[in-house]
Amino acid sequence: MQKTIGSLIAAMIASAVATTAVAGSEDVVVESAWARASIGVSRPGAAYMKIRNTGEEVVKLTGLRTDLAMMPEIHRTSTNAEGVSSMAPAGEIEIAPGDAVALEPGGLHVMLMRLQRAMVEGGSFFLTLDFSDGGEVVVEIPVLGIAARGPEN
Amino acid sequence: MNRRTFLKFAFAGVITMALTLVVGWWQVDGPGKSEQTGGRPVDLSEMEFRLTDHEGEDVGPKTLIGQPTMVFFGFTYCPDVCPTTLSDISGWLDDLGEEAEEMNVVFITVDPERDTVEAMAEYVGYFHPSIRGWTGPQEEIARAAQGFRARYKRVPTEGDDYTMDHTASVFLFNAAGLFTTIIDYHEPREFAVPKIRRALAEETEGVT
Ligand SMILES: [Cu+2]
Repeated sequence: MQKTIGSLIAAMIASAVATTAVAGSEDVVVESAWARASIGVSRPGAAYMKIRNTGEEVVKLTGLRTDLAMMPEIHRTSTNAEGVSSMAPAGEIEIAPGDAVALEPGGLHVMLMRLQRAMVEGGSFFLTLDFSDGGEVVVEIPVLGIAARGPEN
Repeated sequence: MNRRTFLKFAFAGVITMALTLVVGWWQVDGPGKSEQTGGRPVDLSEMEFRLTDHEGEDVGPKTLIGQPTMVFFGFTYCPDVCPTTLSDISGWLDDLGEEAEEMNVVFITVDPERDTVEAMAEYVGYFHPSIRGWTGPQEEIARAAQGFRARYKRVPTEGDDYTMDHTASVFLFNAAGLFTTIIDYHEPREFAVPKIRRALAEETEGVT
């Protein structure tokens, strides 16, 4: 019995340690979020933002959710030496303590596939960022014009 | 090995190394530089293709000769690179104002399957009014890309969908249709605008 309690306590400590090791979504701050308006719903949309980790632990962004698009995903655009651009899912994104990851044109972007409604300039939508500690951060993203270049225009 | 022989060998070694460096420079950066896999675009007068612009007009490389020209490839289902290039170009054109008024600015789709004349018309309407959208049959798009040494590839994505990898550079030609230079994807305005100015200036200097 004593042994069982002992291992139970050990397991509890272990899980507490594990939680603190990946904890930190509460320390995530999202800045300068914006998205481009879409033309209808057949083309994928794109959104950009800066995700800052103000905590002491590494945070890992594992997924996205929004009612705007059935398949929201983080993509990375890369351009090779011959000038050919391609994009691919970026997978999970780790952000070191005190660091920030910038999603901006030509690099990382939130790719909004299978839009459920058009993204209209002047409107906004909510995007949920899921982190590996089970925490989430909800961001309201303003929709700017199709020709917008950054959060200010 | 006596000292003299050793020195001879050492000297030969140094010479060989120096030669290797020179040959290396010649091939990589020097005059012996081989054309990149894509190579540079040929002059507009050497290109052959027939497309339709977003207003339904027949167009081709000869349409562009007589005015300085800026050409780039993309597709309207492109969420990141293409709107960024189009808005970069719109910004450069705003900066140049009247200077670039006569310039041809052409966006050629690499995805004619989805980019019909109507789709191109709607899309370019959101950017600078100088920007023209060209589309046409696959073979003609392929011939155009060949002339500009642009590359593109259809890439399937989840759920029967697809996206396109494509050359994202902007090609500049002077009024005579001669290839001037390339603006790389997302090149900062302070580099891009002077490059365009040079292509524009060649016109007034009377290039034949
Ligand atoms: Cu993408």
